[in-house]
Amino acid sequence: MAIDTMKERNMSDIKKSQRVVKTIVTILVYTFLILVAISVLFPFYWMLNSSLKSLEEYKLTVPTFIPRSFQFTNYVDAFETANLGTLFINTLFVGLVSTALSLVITVLAAFAFARLEFKGKNVLFAGLLATMMIPGELFTITNYQTVTHFGWLNSFTVLIIPMLVSVFYIYLLRQNFLQIPNELYLAAKVDGTSDLKYLWKVMIPLALPTLISITILKMMGSWNAYIWPRLVANDGTHSLITNGLRNSFTDTSGDVNYPVQMAAVALVSLPLFLVFIFLRKYIMKGVSRSGIKG
Amino acid sequence: MVEGKNQWKAWIYLLPCLILLLIFTVWPIFNTVRVAFLDGYNGMKAVGGTEFSFGIKNFSDVVMYKEFGTCLLNTILLCVITVPVSTLLALLIAVCLNSIKPLNRLLQTIYFLPYVTNTIAIGMVFAAMFNIVGTMGTQNPIITTAGIINNIIGIFGVEPINFINTGSSYAANMAVMIIYIVWNALPFKILILLGGLQSVNKQYYDAAKIDGTSRSRTFWRITVPLLSPMIAYVVITGFIGGFKEYSSIIGIFGEKLGPASEPGRLNTMVGYIYSSLSLGNEGRASAAAIILFGIIMAVTLVQLYVQKKRVHY
Repeated sequence: MAIDTMKERNMSDIKKSQRVVKTIVTILVYTFLILVAISVLFPFYWMLNSSLKSLEEYKLTVPTFIPRSFQFTNYVDAFETANLGTLFINTLFVGLVSTALSLVITVLAAFAFARLEFKGKNVLFAGLLATMMIPGELFTITNYQTVTHFGWLNSFTVLIIPMLVSVFYIYLLRQNFLQIPNELYLAAKVDGTSDLKYLWKVMIPLALPTLISITILKMMGSWNAYIWPRLVANDGTHSLITNGLRNSFTDTSGDVNYPVQMAAVALVSLPLFLVFIFLRKYIMKGVSRSGIKG
Repeated sequence: MVEGKNQWKAWIYLLPCLILLLIFTVWPIFNTVRVAFLDGYNGMKAVGGTEFSFGIKNFSDVVMYKEFGTCLLNTILLCVITVPVSTLLALLIAVCLNSIKPLNRLLQTIYFLPYVTNTIAIGMVFAAMFNIVGTMGTQNPIITTAGIINNIIGIFGVEPINFINTGSSYAANMAVMIIYIVWNALPFKILILLGGLQSVNKQYYDAAKIDGTSRSRTFWRITVPLLSPMIAYVVITGFIGGFKEYSSIIGIFGEKLGPASEPGRLNTMVGYIYSSLSLGNEGRASAAAIILFGIIMAVTLVQLYVQKKRVHY
């Protein structure tokens, strides 16, 4: 009897100490995770905080964590200084047109690779995938020569056409198409449905989530494009948003109006956040399969 | 599948894609290699009818060029530091995140935020945070801010550091770049690793618990091996991305790619390619691009080899 109670007491002691350890670990885990969350969010907070200050307040040696008076005029200034209106429209135009064309091309190619039979299909597909390993800079050098030769410099064409085909998107959509049972296709064939109609009525609705992911990634790509536009469309009239933003505030020393600069950055970031809030699921799904930013 | 006769149909579906690929993907592969082996190739001169002799002068020029060494060193340093740091940090975050229930979704969303940002735009925010406005270290009494980061480290009694302004040290510049790149790289890695953790069979952990296995042992002996395919994936994509680092540097330092006193100090391989290209020196740019491709291939192959030996499926 006595030994049993001693054992029980021992057990409850062990359980108690386990519980204490567990609580400590939980507290540590949460502390760590919240610290990380703060460091992730801090730049965004600082961007908004700075964007609403006056230049004098921004330059204070001891910074204020909430602006003393909210200078919303910074946003108006930013819009004008960086000529954001034109840049927004340019970027939106390039983004929409290239996304629409890219979707058509991707859907047709993915359908051919997933459902149609032709000689050399597998070799061709493997060849396409192999090009994904080559860094884009290698293409850019020749493409720069090519578009110069075509006389496309400083036009919207040059911002849209060379980037239309993405092997990765074709791959992504083909995988999705392959999951749709072939019986559906055969049944449609028996009913005399044309390939194009089948594609439109069955395949596209079933693969809609992937198509949405592709759309978002492509639009984000246009929004964040910097290197190619700088190279081929630097005349000012065809500038995209990122180039315009960087060029309007290039001087990192001297009398830069930081609050206005931060307001411009906030304006450029805002659409991305809105897209993220409403379409988070699709973005994360697309991203987890790509590893490509934009 | 159905018909073998209507092969031409498939080619019609593929036509737009193939035409574009031929012009903008296949032709560049051949042409860039060709140009790389034409000594001192220059697009303008080529149009003018100049003939270029075949040789490897572009490659030797690139390698001998002093600036190239800086670019290569910067690229390798950034890669070698940021990839392990961000992978370990992401692993730690993912494991912690996977062990909690309340706040899980909210934190997951927050951690993903840096991914949906514009690298250049947020780079400008980081630059502002690390910036010193005004004069530091001199007797000039003009009102200034040392930047919020300097204010924060000042709380711990550290003297303000000149991170990115004129006269800043290379180490300070690199520190800022590493912080920014890690901040940027975390979301993707957390997403992948967390996805991997969620698919791990709970039974392994139950078994470990019954055996009284310690936490750290469980982590190194169960979690890491089971996650190894995802870890390998984020490390490989991390290195590939790391070797192409460029826009993050423009985000912080602007087109000068360095503090005002030392332009080009933080240039990278990709930056070198573009600066050669915009100088009309296509031959050198092509040679550098092929060298970059070679490095990426070599690193990837080594990693795949290691993966074969070490990764458990």
